[in-house]
Amino acid sequence: MFELLGIPPQVLLGQLLLGLINGSFYAVLSLGLAVIFGLLNIINFAHGALYMAGAFVAWMLLNYLGIGYWPALILAPLIVGAFGILLERTMLSRLYHLDHLYGLLLTFGLALIIQGLFRNYYGISGLAYQIPDILSGGQNLGFMYLPNYRAWVVIASVLVCFTTWFMIEKTRLGAYLRAATENPTLVGAFGVNVPLMIMLTYGFGVALAGFAGVLAAPIYSVNPTMGEQLIIVVFAVVVIGGMGSIMGAIVTGYMLGIVEGLTRVFYPEGSAVVIFVIMAIVLMIKPEGLFGRPA
Amino acid sequence: MINKLAMSTVALAAMAGAPVMAQDISVKLGVLNDRSGIYADLSGEGSVVAARMAVEDFEAADKGMTVEIVSADHQNKPDVGSNIARQWYDVDGVNAILDIPTSSVALAVADITHEANGVMLNSGAGSTGLTREQCRPTTVHWTYDTAALANGTGTAMTNAGGKKWFFLTADYAFGHSLEENTTAVVEANGGEVVGQVNVPFPAQDFSSFLLQAQGSGADVIGLANAGGDTINAIKQASEFGITQAGQKLAALLMFANDVHALGPQTAQGLSLTEAFYWDQNDTTREFSQRFMDKHGSMPSMVQAGVYSATLAYLEAVQTVGSAEDGKAVVDQIKTMDIDDALFGKVTIRADGRALHDMYLFQVKAPEDSTGEWDLYNQISSITGEEAFLPMLDECDFSKQ
Repeated sequence: MFELLGIPPQVLLGQLLLGLINGSFYAVLSLGLAVIFGLLNIINFAHGALYMAGAFVAWMLLNYLGIGYWPALILAPLIVGAFGILLERTMLSRLYHLDHLYGLLLTFGLALIIQGLFRNYYGISGLAYQIPDILSGGQNLGFMYLPNYRAWVVIASVLVCFTTWFMIEKTRLGAYLRAATENPTLVGAFGVNVPLMIMLTYGFGVALAGFAGVLAAPIYSVNPTMGEQLIIVVFAVVVIGGMGSIMGAIVTGYMLGIVEGLTRVFYPEGSAVVIFVIMAIVLMIKPEGLFGRPA
Repeated sequence: MINKLAMSTVALAAMAGAPVMAQDISVKLGVLNDRSGIYADLSGEGSVVAARMAVEDFEAADKGMTVEIVSADHQNKPDVGSNIARQWYDVDGVNAILDIPTSSVALAVADITHEANGVMLNSGAGSTGLTREQCRPTTVHWTYDTAALANGTGTAMTNAGGKKWFFLTADYAFGHSLEENTTAVVEANGGEVVGQVNVPFPAQDFSSFLLQAQGSGADVIGLANAGGDTINAIKQASEFGITQAGQKLAALLMFANDVHALGPQTAQGLSLTEAFYWDQNDTTREFSQRFMDKHGSMPSMVQAGVYSATLAYLEAVQTVGSAEDGKAVVDQIKTMDIDDALFGKVTIRADGRALHDMYLFQVKAPEDSTGEWDLYNQISSITGEEAFLPMLDECDFSKQ
């Protein structure tokens, strides 16, 4: 039944759908990374840790304050975003004039510290977070059983991705942002508060990671290493899509989720590396990424 | 990059205040385990706490013994673990190394221990190799191994009607060995394996693999993995309605900490095999409560194994009169009839395998659970002779 040839179409359809769901996480996370890189030129290695923090904040809100999933979906990204702004103001902002490498090293160090702190307080086994009642259960689609919560993940991520893309590419605010990254001095001369915009952009990118963390909390184990495992894949997604390309990050996120899903049927042992193989090929043929502009 | 070698040294008996005894034995124990990675909760600092409790309960000071405990993080890497073990035996004068989860590290340390004539009291590792292919006269394998887990869970589920099995196997040595052991048990009990998939390790998303298992028409989905992988797989099996549709999950290696992390809502009904559960009888409850007060969680079977193995070791050292000759101490342990507070009757076979009862548990439904750690109902028990593999002739050190 699982040979390379002769896979029944319903199995294939099921795997395509699952790939799309996983792609949703890749898309939201790589979008945050792309926004931060595109507008701040910071390679944000702390992204995985902040995604993990989003899931933990949702857990804390529930267990310490009795605040459920839906408010947490708004509150947790705000809290993580605020924390990101704090990081940006106190540390990252000192590095803008230096090489990318310094930002990468700083955020990598921060990721280790954040992860270590959570591990110290909450251990490594993980914490339980239930699917909200209204989204428990699922639909039988004929070819597979689709849990309602997974359907919600896809919808939520598409909405968030589209809104972000629209804001940055199609609104006046987005135009300011893009202009400010091209030439901060000139935009500042027009009376736009450039440092404020950059700060808020970092906060927003990080809040996206927190949002993905809350989405992930009910289906993955909420534990301190959940971000560490994902961040490398997400970086590969960003590289394949083209560093800093908003649309590239979104489309590549979904696409690679699907490719990975299919690999799990045809050659499961390779499913952990397929994204990196694609990354290597893309770098060889089109180094600026599928959606990137040539440098 | 980061020196994780965390040395915590505790002198447990100040000789100045102790009464003068005929014998004056000093013992140094090293707890070598994962203090920051995936096995940190089930071994980690908790195993150090357990070893300390054993030294206190043995009343070593009153018996004229000075016992010191050191600990270190092997990061689940054989090279790191080997270096620490060598340093401990050659430079620091450690007499016995305890715990050592992660089979690859344990197998490396078994050899180093043998060369140094130390003692390895293994509680955390699962590989049957410790008392088979790589058996050593200085090894005691206390708590469990993959064969015992396969025997416990595999036999029970096959006999309960789960004839067709599909494995989700973590794609590394441990996962393959667990799958192999379980396959043998399933087939011996009249079952068959209808398929398997090698899942890259570690994995977050199991939905694709679970869907393949679902499509295979198997009665039982065997999870030949551990830790976070098992937790994710079970969580997602429940989400995708697989358990609700009648397929059963067999968690082939799962600890109370994992069940606690999953929560009873998701974990209910799971069958699993353990060598120890805190709520078995008055002595286990008494020990576990004391452990809880010191460490903040209930002991895992690995931590309980560290406690019991330390007690047995100290008794043997006292009889021998010195901790210097590791093989002599292990030979002494093998002659003892141990009536352990946590594991009941324990005998250590000539190959170093500790034989004691193993228990099949089922996770309680949330409505039956009276507290955060009230997790299991005991279904049945099997004797050590049934649970563990028979001894290989070449590992019978009583004849050598």
